[in-house]
Amino acid sequence: MTTIGVLGMQGAIREHVRMLEALGADTLVVRSIDDLAQIDGLVLPGGESTAMRRLLDRYGLLEPLRANTDLPMFGTCAGLILLATEVEGYDAHLRKIPMTVKRNAFGRQVDSFEVELPVKGIEAPVEAVFIRAPQVATVEPVVEVLAEVEEAIVAVRYDKYVACSFHPELTDDLSMHRYFLDLVEAKKHQLT
Amino acid sequence: MEKRQVGTDKVKRGMAEMQKGGVIMDVINAEQAKIAEAAGAVAVMALERVPSDIRKMGGVARMADPTIIEDVMGAVSVPVMAKCRIGHIAEARVLESMGVDFIDESEVLTPADEEFHLYKRDYKAPFVCGARDLGEASRRIGEGAAMIRTKGEPGTGNIVEAVRHMRTVQAQVKRLLSMSIDEVMTEARDLGAPFEVLMQIREAGRLPVVNFAAGGIATPADAALMMHLGADGVFVGSGIFKAENPEKFARAIVEATTYHDDYERIAHLSKGLGEAMKGLDVRTLKEEELMAPRGW
Repeated sequence: MTTIGVLGMQGAIREHVRMLEALGADTLVVRSIDDLAQIDGLVLPGGESTAMRRLLDRYGLLEPLRANTDLPMFGTCAGLILLATEVEGYDAHLRKIPMTVKRNAFGRQVDSFEVELPVKGIEAPVEAVFIRAPQVATVEPVVEVLAEVEEAIVAVRYDKYVACSFHPELTDDLSMHRYFLDLVEAKKHQLT
Repeated sequence: MEKRQVGTDKVKRGMAEMQKGGVIMDVINAEQAKIAEAAGAVAVMALERVPSDIRKMGGVARMADPTIIEDVMGAVSVPVMAKCRIGHIAEARVLESMGVDFIDESEVLTPADEEFHLYKRDYKAPFVCGARDLGEASRRIGEGAAMIRTKGEPGTGNIVEAVRHMRTVQAQVKRLLSMSIDEVMTEARDLGAPFEVLMQIREAGRLPVVNFAAGGIATPADAALMMHLGADGVFVGSGIFKAENPEKFARAIVEATTYHDDYERIAHLSKGLGEAMKGLDVRTLKEEELMAPRGW
């Protein structure tokens, strides 16, 4: 059985749990380092990245997550920011995907939008909801770009990490979560 | 690629979902906003005066001076909310034009209209509104509110009304979920709630928007209590910057919200915080001094 953790600092935790369970995975809301030993993959949900970073720091999760090199991770919106090695104008957080992200790159909340988005490796267009969303400004060549909105990079994959600027957890579209689960299971398979 | 759609229900309600499990703090200037952000607030509410000072000042309380809101917007990267008077279309439009991330159509300010609330679907900006019971919450959702909060009794530092409102909404939702479908229309009549909203609640098994606690939260334990009662997150108004040590209070309330069911932790983080804001017994307030009955 595959168990996926959802980082439980704040944000759309319940929504990710619902989607992962709909795909048949076990879930665990992660609030302490001990939880990390029990999971095969970790979802970093949407929320407020500034607040999440403060909480990760204060509650002692930042360093263990930075040091962890085996756990596949999937970040949405704030989660994408957490995974980047560079954040324009701010300190980087978990530093997993070699890319530079720009926060609130589409504008403020009144500019938030939804769109049908083609994503590489996923057959049908994904229902993508962008909320005060970040963009990936630049990526290292090793990073695979999965989706773009008017030339702005909004979804990427690198090694065992997946990240997108939008919120699949706010829709009923399970395809991004399935993509991540496939990656987690492929990695498990490799190990056994 | 298809065209981008802005201001949709998904985008507005989704914004509120991102605030879940977090604390939204009232601030009156850029400096307070920075303290709130550093303490881990998920958003700040930019105001001219916190509710307890609005009570003291008396007179008509209106939308804040746009300078204050702009200063706060320039100082932090978390979302900035601001309040308009109930039914004040122009104040709401002004806030929207400034790019405020969330508008609180709030009973803390003196209502501009005692009969009609804003038709909130007409705006690109999302709205939060107060509610004392499920009827009121459903009316606001029907008008397009993307987030509901308890009214509580603002500026009192007294949790009793927020508890009453949260328990009432939760109990009424449970009752609605246990009803057979042929009883729903009569319930809609009795609650004064739009039938369609009640049907959406039945389908989702909960309110279709997030429900935060507000009005009287003054300590970390107050925040934990509201989370225990089913709040999705908390607003703290006067509770932080009217406390003896705002930084410590802000951090402790954030931590108590994240770990609301870890009581040893709350015991530890509640130590030596200094004086909380001075509270008010709601029963000593005159009827015209109460804010919760504003709006319907």
